Amino acid sequence: MASSDDAGTPIGRRILLGMLGAGAVGVIFGERIQSGLERVTQPLTRHDPTGLTEFIPTAGRFRIYSVTADMPRRTAANYRLKVGGMVDHPFELTLAELQAMPPTNLTKDFQCVTGWRVQDVHWTGVTLADLLDRAGVQDGATALRLFSFDGAYTESLTMDEARRPDVIAAYRMLGGPVSRDHGGPVRLYVAPMYGYKSLKWLDRIEVTDKVVPGYWENLGYDVDGWVGRSNGRDDAPTSA
Amino acid sequence: MTATEAPADRRFERFTPATRALHWATAACILTCAVTGFILYVGPITALVGRRVLVRQVHVTAGLLIPVPLILAYLGPWRRAIRREFRRLGRWSAADKRWLRTRGQEATAEVGKYNAGQKANAAFVAGMIPLMLVSGSIMHWFHYFPVRYRTGATFVHDWTALATWAVVSGHILFALNDPGSLRGMVTGKVSRAWAAIHHPRWAQEQAGVVEEAESPLR
Repeated sequence: MASSDDAGTPIGRRILLGMLGAGAVGVIFGERIQSGLERVTQPLTRHDPTGLTEFIPTAGRFRIYSVTADMPRRTAANYRLKVGGMVDHPFELTLAELQAMPPTNLTKDFQCVTGWRVQDVHWTGVTLADLLDRAGVQDGATALRLFSFDGAYTESLTMDEARRPDVIAAYRMLGGPVSRDHGGPVRLYVAPMYGYKSLKWLDRIEVTDKVVPGYWENLGYDVDGWVGRSNGRDDAPTSA
Repeated sequence: MTATEAPADRRFERFTPATRALHWATAACILTCAVTGFILYVGPITALVGRRVLVRQVHVTAGLLIPVPLILAYLGPWRRAIRREFRRLGRWSAADKRWLRTRGQEATAEVGKYNAGQKANAAFVAGMIPLMLVSGSIMHWFHYFPVRYRTGATFVHDWTALATWAVVSGHILFALNDPGSLRGMVTGKVSRAWAAIHHPRWAQEQAGVVEEAESPLR
C-alpha cells in the first residue's frame, strides 16, 4: 500500500551516513581535536565552581579508573606504608610518620595513556629516594616493585627512575589529602611517565634485583612509560 | 493495518507487536548503557557507586546487545512491516522540512505517520548505534588498534554519548508530554481523534481516504 510517507528525500540515510563519516574522522583525528579543545577549555574548567564541566568531555579532568571490582578503603588510622625487599632496614610507616618526613611539592601535569591530560596538578609527598635511603638499599638492587592494597595492581620502576626528584609517594593532591578515588591515603606520582605508572593505593615497596613488569605492562603497556616517548604516543613531556 | 479490519473500532493500530518489541528492547539496552555510562564517566559517581568492573561489564554487555533486536527484526516474518517503518522514518517530504523549520507550527496538516522530529530522532539513533558500537569496541579491545585510535574512539564515544543523552531525554520528554503518543508505543493502538490531530495524513490513509502516495498538496 502506497502512503504519503513513501516518497521524499532519503534524509534519514544522509544523517546516518553523515554521522558515520564524522565518527570515522573523530576516531582518526580525535586525539588532535581533543587536545586542542582541552587547551581552549582548561582555563574555564579549572575554575568552575558549579562542577558542571564534569559532564563535558573536553574538560581536562581526572577519570577514575580501577582494575578491581571495588575501590579499596584505608584510613589515616589504619594505613601503613611498607618498604622491604633488598634493604638493610625494612620498615613500616603510619601516615603521620610519612608526613613527618621532608615533603616535596610538585606542580605538574598528569597525562593518561588513553589521551586525557590534567594540567598543573599540585602534588605533595615524599620522594622514593628519601624512602629508599631510609631503608638502606643493598648492593645488587636495581629495581622496585610497587603493590597496591587493592590486591591486584602492581607497578615497576628501575632504581634510576625511582631515585628521580619528581617521583614521590604522594599524600596530597588537588589541594587536599589524596581522596579514596584518586588512590588515597597514599599513592605514587611518577611525574615524567604516563598515569598507569602512578600506582594508586600504595601499600608496599619491594626492592628487587630485576624489573618485574606491572599490571598494565603485562597487558602490553611499555615498562618505561615516559610521556611522549613510549606507547606509540607523542604527547608533550610532563616533567623534564 | 487497514481500517477495514474493524470499522467500528475507534482506534487505529499504530505499532505492530514486533515494532513495539523492537522499540522497547532497544530502549532497554540504550537506557542501561546510558545509566552505567554515566556512572563510569562522572568521577564522583564512580567513586560513590564503586564496583567499576561490574558496571563496565554491564555497560559493555548492554552495548553489544543493542543490535540484537534489530537483527531479529530482520529475521522474522515481521520483516516487511519493520522495513516499512524504517522507510517511512527515513524519507522526508518538503512538508517535513517546513514542519521542522517552523518547529511544528506549519505544514501540520501534512504530517504523516511520523513527524519530522520523530524522523530526526530515528535518524540520530540509527547513526548513534554503529558509532557507539565501533568506538566502544575500539576502547574495549584497544590492543588490536593503533594507540591513537583509542584516544580518537574515546573522543567519539564521549561526544556521541553527550548528544545521545540530549536526544533521548528530548524523546522521553516529548512522549511524556503526549500521553496519546506514549500509549501508541505501549499498547500499539491510538485513538482516531489523536491521529487526526497529530498525524492527519496517516489518519486519512488509515481511514482509506488517501490511497495514493502522490498528492497535489505536495
